[in-house]
Amino acid sequence: MARILICDDEPNIVVSLEFLMRRQGHEVRSVGDGDAALAAVTEFEPDLVLLDLMLPGRDGYEVCQTLRADGFRRKIVMLTAKGREAEITKGFAVGADDYVTKPFGTQELVARVQQLLGAGP
Amino acid sequence: MVPAWVVVVVSLAYLGLLFGIAHRGDQRAAAGRSLIASGGVYALSLAVYATSWTYYGSVGRAATRGLEFLTIYLGPALAMGCSAIVLQKLIRVSKRYRITSLSDFAAARYGNSRLLGGLVALIAVVGTVPYIALQLKAVSSTFRLVSGGAVSTTDVPAYADTALYVALVLALFAILFGTAHLDATERHEGVVAAIAFESVVKLVAFLAAGLYVTFGLFGGLTDLFEAAAATPALATAVAIDGYGNWFWLIVLSAFAVLLLPRQFQIAVVENVDERHVRTASWLFPLYLLVINIFVLPIALAGLLTLGPAVSPDTYVLALQQHSALALLVFVGGLSAATGMVIVETIALSTMVSNSLVMPLLLRRPRWGGPGLADRGDLGRLVLRIRRVTILVVLLLGFGFFRITGDALGLVDMGLVSFAAVAQFAPALLGGLWWKGATRNGALAGLTAGIVLWAYTLLMPELARTGWVPESIVRDGPFGVALLRPQELFGLTGMGAVGAGVFWSLLVNVALFVGVSLAGRRTPAEAGNAALFVDIDRRTPGPGTRFYRGSVPVARLRDLLARFVGAEAAAALVTEHTARRGVPLPDEALADPELVRQVETALTGAVGPAAARALVASVADEEPLGMAEVVELVGEAQHLRELDRLKDEFVATVTHELRTPLTAIRAFTEILRDNPDLPTEERARYLEIMATETERLTRMVNQVLDLARLESGQASWQVTDVDLRSVVEEAASATAQLFTDKEVALDVEVDGPGPLAHVDRDGVMQVLLNLLSNAVKVTPPSGRVRVAVRADDGTARIDVSDDGPGVPPSDRELIFDRFRRGAAGGTGLGLAISRRIVEQFGGTLHVSDCGGDGRGATFTVGLPVPARRR
Repeated sequence: MARILICDDEPNIVVSLEFLMRRQGHEVRSVGDGDAALAAVTEFEPDLVLLDLMLPGRDGYEVCQTLRADGFRRKIVMLTAKGREAEITKGFAVGADDYVTKPFGTQELVARVQQLLGAGP
Repeated sequence: MVPAWVVVVVSLAYLGLLFGIAHRGDQRAAAGRSLIASGGVYALSLAVYATSWTYYGSVGRAATRGLEFLTIYLGPALAMGCSAIVLQKLIRVSKRYRITSLSDFAAARYGNSRLLGGLVALIAVVGTVPYIALQLKAVSSTFRLVSGGAVSTTDVPAYADTALYVALVLALFAILFGTAHLDATERHEGVVAAIAFESVVKLVAFLAAGLYVTFGLFGGLTDLFEAAAATPALATAVAIDGYGNWFWLIVLSAFAVLLLPRQFQIAVVENVDERHVRTASWLFPLYLLVINIFVLPIALAGLLTLGPAVSPDTYVLALQQHSALALLVFVGGLSAATGMVIVETIALSTMVSNSLVMPLLLRRPRWGGPGLADRGDLGRLVLRIRRVTILVVLLLGFGFFRITGDALGLVDMGLVSFAAVAQFAPALLGGLWWKGATRNGALAGLTAGIVLWAYTLLMPELARTGWVPESIVRDGPFGVALLRPQELFGLTGMGAVGAGVFWSLLVNVALFVGVSLAGRRTPAEAGNAALFVDIDRRTPGPGTRFYRGSVPVARLRDLLARFVGAEAAAALVTEHTARRGVPLPDEALADPELVRQVETALTGAVGPAAARALVASVADEEPLGMAEVVELVGEAQHLRELDRLKDEFVATVTHELRTPLTAIRAFTEILRDNPDLPTEERARYLEIMATETERLTRMVNQVLDLARLESGQASWQVTDVDLRSVVEEAASATAQLFTDKEVALDVEVDGPGPLAHVDRDGVMQVLLNLLSNAVKVTPPSGRVRVAVRADDGTARIDVSDDGPGVPPSDRELIFDRFRRGAAGGTGLGLAISRRIVEQFGGTLHVSDCGGDGRGATFTVGLPVPARRR
């Protein structure tokens, strides 16, 4: 079991992600914008963050970069649009560990999360 | 004079203060309250132009060469005063195409040529090294002077050389300042704030030094000049030796103020507001004037009291007899040097990493393709490259300083650098106005120019240090006198620098123009050339610039009818006539505005080039001039630009569609893979799927609506409509939304029933969109107000909300079909609404509610029936 932080501004997508993560037995916390994500990381100390790139205000890149700059060492998975190679490259550049394109396949998403949780520190 | 440790502590404290200012500047920038958003700060930061060269070297130059030192300030003063146009165009182009360095600029202008970008970066580094050496030399020699040590360094081993430690400390600070984090815009507001501060420090310190020398050591200017006049040996200091040199020095410095890497960085990349250029165009020359006021008095005083035995480059400091003043003057010089080194190395590090190292790394197979995306630490890699570059550039500067030692004056070293960056002028400035310039022309000119620079300007300086046999400079290579570097092909009379600059720029320009004319442009080059040169004409939408002919209204309307239908064509003309308020019979000649509207409507149907050709075919146009023909050819590029906008539109729409699709797909798979879910949970997920499907449907309809509106196929029935009934109907249709979110809706209608001359369904659609947006952004238990009133000639509907408001910069953007709504999720609704009301000659715009930035008011302006006008 791990702690997962979900950061997406679409409530219905959040509901689906929460379901999928809880189904794997993880503890889940969800937030809807970048500032809330930064606050939640400090308090909730997640093992993995599912981070949407298109967020209102502070966007996903900035959140990712700030988290890494603040010394967050756990996993970050970006949720991004398909066919946006530049987004993916930039995401890796600011410190993400993996990405999943929207609309995501639920099994693939779960597999990637589980693999990352097994892999790292 | 002052104990060395005191000087070190004061210097480090000063650098610490700078760092504090930069940090504060970055914080303020992040908080949206920029420290540097003023023309004054911009002008002060431009004064990074005044380095140790100005601070110490001008006096040295004046003491040996007279008034010639002024050229270095006349050039920039002329350049900034007269050609703000050049700078404005550079800024506009760079902002529009996100250019962040000189090398980026060169590469982008010439069809994204990596080779050219790399060459520019390389020349910038090589050309700037002597200039950095100059700063190291100034700081280290004044450090020894102020702390009472020996001034000469030639016999000290490298590791014991003060300059090495100066270089290392400056490298450390440049790294801290410029490469703390990666920023896509390459802008460093904090650094700019610190640089502006430094400009104040060096000005104050230099004026203090000048005042002390003039009024403390002497009895004022008159006394000083009389003493000098009484000493015949000092005639040189006020002499003018040959205007040939003057001309070239002014030209060089005029280029340098734009093309030195640090100047480009500050003037173009760090510019936050184009209007600041206007302030800078007088304030920056004024700064240069003020900082030069005391150059001549100090030079004369130095010659009178210290004599030529003391290096004139150190007069400013050597004349100070109070240790506190000496320390202040030293700090002033330090600020002149650090400002230059920090900005210059930051600019160079951007160029080296973006144009040299990254392209090379990306070419290696190990890095290419998807492998690149797998690298998690690319950002860190870039920062590391930049840090190493800063260190290497400073060490190169130190190396150059060691090689040249005391053989060169500060100004000689600086001029070599000026001449190197002047080689950029033909390709960069020429390329900004001349579309015919090609990549090969730029490459040929730049290469030849820099080779001649090395031969005529760099080599002679190296020869003075003994690194190159002096005989080559004296007698020419192999004794061929014609090839003597400083008098190439027997050119004399312009001075050595003048001749070198003349030959290198002449060959540079000749090859740049010649090769460009002889060769052919690739499509990429031609496209980018037009985008750069025509930056000011590339505002969205085709203008009226071609139309010079005369065409009857009826012919224009018939032409339009063939593409958009008779009804829509007639509506457009009627609407235009109504707006003009003067009847326009069929046989009357169409005014340019009507022609433009028809052309715009046609553009939606057949694209701009064809629309242009169609209008021209019915209009009796006067023969087109050369310029217009060139423009017509340029339409192909405009088309490509339009394609790009369409791509962006597709990206926006697909993004909007993707969101509901993501939820639908996720829940479909969840229901498929989890047949054992409890009933309520299943019901909840199915409900979400239904909602999202509905949302998807709505979006698809919106896209279709927009397409119909844009192609002019929407059919409207324009009648006199009672706005009260429309507003009330829209309010009751959205009542559920308001109840659900507990938002109150106030409707206030002025008078019995304001009438508007519109299509009822169209206005209804607009109101529904505005109301559903308003409820979406208003927090629960907030309030949305709708006010309807009619005054002279227009009916107005205001829809105000309690939401976060729309920042002024986004107030046009949100109506643009190519952009994603700033509030997110508004999708295409606003773009459609605006197009609908425009069909009836109405308007739609947004403002803030109370002027306090909170809340938004969307105002629909509609035409009223004719009899009420």
